[in-house]
Amino acid sequence: MTALLVFVGAAIGAPLRYLTDRFVQARHMTRFPFGTLTVNVVGSFVLGCVAGASPTLVAFIGTGLCGGLTTYSTFSYETVRLTEDGHYWQAFANAATSIAAGVGAAASGYALTR
Amino acid sequence: MHTDPVDPDVPVRRREPGPAVLGAIALGGGLGGLARYGVSSVVAGPWGLLLINVLGCALIGVLMVLVPRLHPLARPFFGVGVLGGFTTFSAYALDIVHLGGLMAFGYLFATLFLALGATFSAMALTKKVLG
Repeated sequence: MTALLVFVGAAIGAPLRYLTDRFVQARHMTRFPFGTLTVNVVGSFVLGCVAGASPTLVAFIGTGLCGGLTTYSTFSYETVRLTEDGHYWQAFANAATSIAAGVGAAASGYALTR
Repeated sequence: MHTDPVDPDVPVRRREPGPAVLGAIALGGGLGGLARYGVSSVVAGPWGLLLINVLGCALIGVLMVLVPRLHPLARPFFGVGVLGGFTTFSAYALDIVHLGGLMAFGYLFATLFLALGATFSAMALTKKVLG
């Protein structure tokens, strides 16, 4: 049952990440990966919010939906591509902002629902 | 493969994603999430997630070099779907909150540097193998 909840949650989260990324990236002219940053921060906040919820909710919304919505592989790929193209400052800014905002969002969500 | 002429002065017109692309992403994402759940039930906790994220970051490096030679749905299915669903940023962020202190910093930087290193090395290695 838990496995099914994780599967369905991630099967919703992944296309949601893709569509959010397209929506965000179509609205600015820079090479900065704001789309991935957005899903990672929003997903971290939502995971923080549901972290103390029932096991069913944690599996579906937390492990499934937030796990599928957020990504480390695309974050890593986009950061490496920025460095390869010589945009060292943007690569550093992407890593620093993603981690600071993601951890801040997870901590806020967690604190808000205590 | 996309073969339209590319004029660098004209922004690429983004086509609306079709049901095949969204379906491939959803199926891949579900399978990737399931695989993450499976691995984390064997290697639980933040260090299990470190393994998942670093492995996924190595595989995206291989995939992105291969993508021009693969089926058009390979990137949505394996890249956006499977590897996007397998790796996760939200649990990484919450793990840092829960670990706290020096351990949080160790985990934060270990994941970051190993993940970036894995993607970079996997891309370089795959390019080398392909010649």
